[in-house]
Amino acid sequence: MKVELRHIHKHFGAVHANNDVSLTVEAGTIHGLLGENGAGKSTLVKILSGFITRDSGEVVLDGRTAHIQSPADALRYGIGMLHQDPLDFPPLTAIENFMAGSLAMRAILNPRAAERTFRALCAQFNFDIDPQARVSDLTVGERQQLEIVRLLANGVGTLILDEPTTGISASQKTLLFEALRKLAGEGKSIIFVSHKLEDVEELCDCVTVMRRGQVVGELDLRADGLRQTEGKWPRDQHFSIAARIVEMMFGKELAMPVKPPTHQDEVILSVEGLVLRSDRLEMRIEHLAVQRGEVIGVAGLEGSGQQLFLMACAGLERPAAGTIRLADRDLTHKPYRDFLQAGVCYVPADRLRDGLISGLTIQEHVALRTSNRRLFINRAAATAEAERAIATFNIRGRPDTLVERLSGGNQQRTQLALMPSPLNVLLMEHPTRGLDIESTLWVWQQLIARCKQGTAIVFASSDLDEIVQYSDRVMVFSGGRVSPPIAASELTADSLGQMIGGRF
Amino acid sequence: MLYRVGAFVISLVLIGLVVVLSGASPITVIGRMLSGAFGTADQIGRVVATLSPLLLCAAGLVYTFNAGLYNLGVEGQITFGAIAATLVLRLLHPEGASASLAPPPLTIALAIVAGGIGGVLWGLLAGALHVYGRISEIFAGLGLNFAATGIAIYLIFGPWKRPGVASLSGTQPFDESLWLGTFGQTEATPVALILGLIALAITIVVMRNTYFGLRLRAVGKNLRASYVLGVPARRQLLSAFFICGLFAGVAGALQVVGVFHRLIPNISSNLGFLGLLVVMLVNFDPRWILPVAFFFSALNIGSLQLPLSLGLESSLSGVIQGLLVLFALIGRGLAQRYGRKLEH
Repeated sequence: MKVELRHIHKHFGAVHANNDVSLTVEAGTIHGLLGENGAGKSTLVKILSGFITRDSGEVVLDGRTAHIQSPADALRYGIGMLHQDPLDFPPLTAIENFMAGSLAMRAILNPRAAERTFRALCAQFNFDIDPQARVSDLTVGERQQLEIVRLLANGVGTLILDEPTTGISASQKTLLFEALRKLAGEGKSIIFVSHKLEDVEELCDCVTVMRRGQVVGELDLRADGLRQTEGKWPRDQHFSIAARIVEMMFGKELAMPVKPPTHQDEVILSVEGLVLRSDRLEMRIEHLAVQRGEVIGVAGLEGSGQQLFLMACAGLERPAAGTIRLADRDLTHKPYRDFLQAGVCYVPADRLRDGLISGLTIQEHVALRTSNRRLFINRAAATAEAERAIATFNIRGRPDTLVERLSGGNQQRTQLALMPSPLNVLLMEHPTRGLDIESTLWVWQQLIARCKQGTAIVFASSDLDEIVQYSDRVMVFSGGRVSPPIAASELTADSLGQMIGGRF
Repeated sequence: MLYRVGAFVISLVLIGLVVVLSGASPITVIGRMLSGAFGTADQIGRVVATLSPLLLCAAGLVYTFNAGLYNLGVEGQITFGAIAATLVLRLLHPEGASASLAPPPLTIALAIVAGGIGGVLWGLLAGALHVYGRISEIFAGLGLNFAATGIAIYLIFGPWKRPGVASLSGTQPFDESLWLGTFGQTEATPVALILGLIALAITIVVMRNTYFGLRLRAVGKNLRASYVLGVPARRQLLSAFFICGLFAGVAGALQVVGVFHRLIPNISSNLGFLGLLVVMLVNFDPRWILPVAFFFSALNIGSLQLPLSLGLESSLSGVIQGLLVLFALIGRGLAQRYGRKLEH
């Protein structure tokens, strides 16, 4: 089925998540949709699959305008979506899930007929799922296969996959890719949403790249000069494609470094042979020594382990191996409060989920941070303290303002105001995400002032300009591999792009 | 505000409707309930006797609710407190002995302390299951309620049975020297009332003016963020279970030494559940507990007269309390959902 999205617009509050997005997916092709978190790709495919409604724009299927208001509508038009976290019923068995998602809902179930269809479809794609197995006992990859089979039984002509290769094994990935190629061969169209370059390169016929709610480029990977040999790109070709895609994702020109030198000779944070594991990836950092006053920028496509690394340095994640030292103290496997006492502070990206407490006021946050061995809260002192923080950090709010009523920028200012002083190591995710230019400059002014006092900062950001402008050295994370730190002044858009694509 | 007042009015209308449907005039019912609760000194005494343990339970539940916990195990904590108190009374004043091994006031005091310890044990058990075993505190609490009642029934029919015949009406009543003193000839005991009021006063101060209260609220509102900000989250959760168990256990001990003077199977008299309703109705703010708990106590005692004088079910008080809380929660939910939209 040929899918055309024409001039799609979607706003969430003040955010223009899709700004005049047009996308054409030919029947029989696998189309990659790439972009960083927040680029608008999920919004776009959710509009196509009926999970959210567009503000304006048109969906055209095989030349005819479609009216999609709900996922059921989309399914009737033959559009099925495979979500990142499978939308199934874990307590039910595989075959029950298969039947529950059937479009032809009848009053009386026919389990035997359903099982025949199920087995036939599974055999077609070499999927091996026991129909009687409980979904909660299946792996993510198997649940994905179940979803694909279920959608195919409903006769979908277009399959959307959102980040399908996170959390599945290599063999399941091979199986999945074979199945997708087969489906494309049958004339179905596949939309493959990802931020993993290697998957897109291996699988897709075309790639569309989105950035900040807009389409910033398309690349036809079947075009002349980009010929694959046996499903793999020649090594140089691979990097030139990766570099072109990264260039589209992040832009061509990098900003110039603006940060004054602030680092001192003393090493404050050192990491040796650190191994971090999550259910999605494993990575290893051989050696890293961060000096007082230094800023280390952590670049890479989102979900490449940056958060895991920062949380491990903050004592919120246990490393599988290796040591973390602060100055001359070994903090490996020590409880989080030891890290706090040693002057380590973690400022998370998701402010209202991980950093601030909805329902408490600015003043209560300040009191919570300063809470010591005293029993009673001195209200006057707490208010004065909060007022001072509000004045210093220029927060648009009063001491008794609830944090969830603050704007994103003011929430970030509040997070900064809550940082203890003195501070040895500051670990931050996306220090300026969602902030306007003025606030961004202001935040970095504050952070650099901290560096001058001897605080070392390690921050992750998906804004490469921010990385190059404010870092002394940059580490790049790519698919479980971590580059050694490189001086920011030596980086170019090209070299950084190639590193993010995995070449280092 | 509009939603809350609206919800309150609707609940009053529905209560009136229930009364009318059951064949009585709301005015008469109110009158009878008032006279049933406050008509005689004896009746006032019973209202106060209900109020005292209710204050203790409600005050304890303020901690768990503010820590984001639904401590449905409060009933079991009362029961286990009562069992512990009975144990101490039986040890210090063995059956058949003419006098206790310790002076009666000391015996009573020790029984109340034992009740507190028993409640703490039962509360911490639920807390440990929740914090370390990752079991929902609701199910842990409900399960432990059955366990506590089971133990009480076993003791009443087994080791602590009355001489001669075991009976559901409970163990052999204690010697009158071990009964808590009362206001005149009523059922109300000053000690219980004072303990209830002290617990409530402490709770109000703790929640409003201490770092402990602030940390408890922080943990209840966002466990993860408060942990990242340096609040020892597990300790806060366990402290909430500790304090709630303590207050509930003391309430259980007071039921033994002040009201029933023996261990009975339903020693908690559902005061724990009533406490949950009170705290939910006041939106976890301890400052409003006293009036609401008093109102609920009066409702409970006042409705006892209804079957006799009007031929109505005495469970009407339960319907009234249930409707009030239900609509208060609905009103709060609506205010949260739509009230904010109006502001934007």
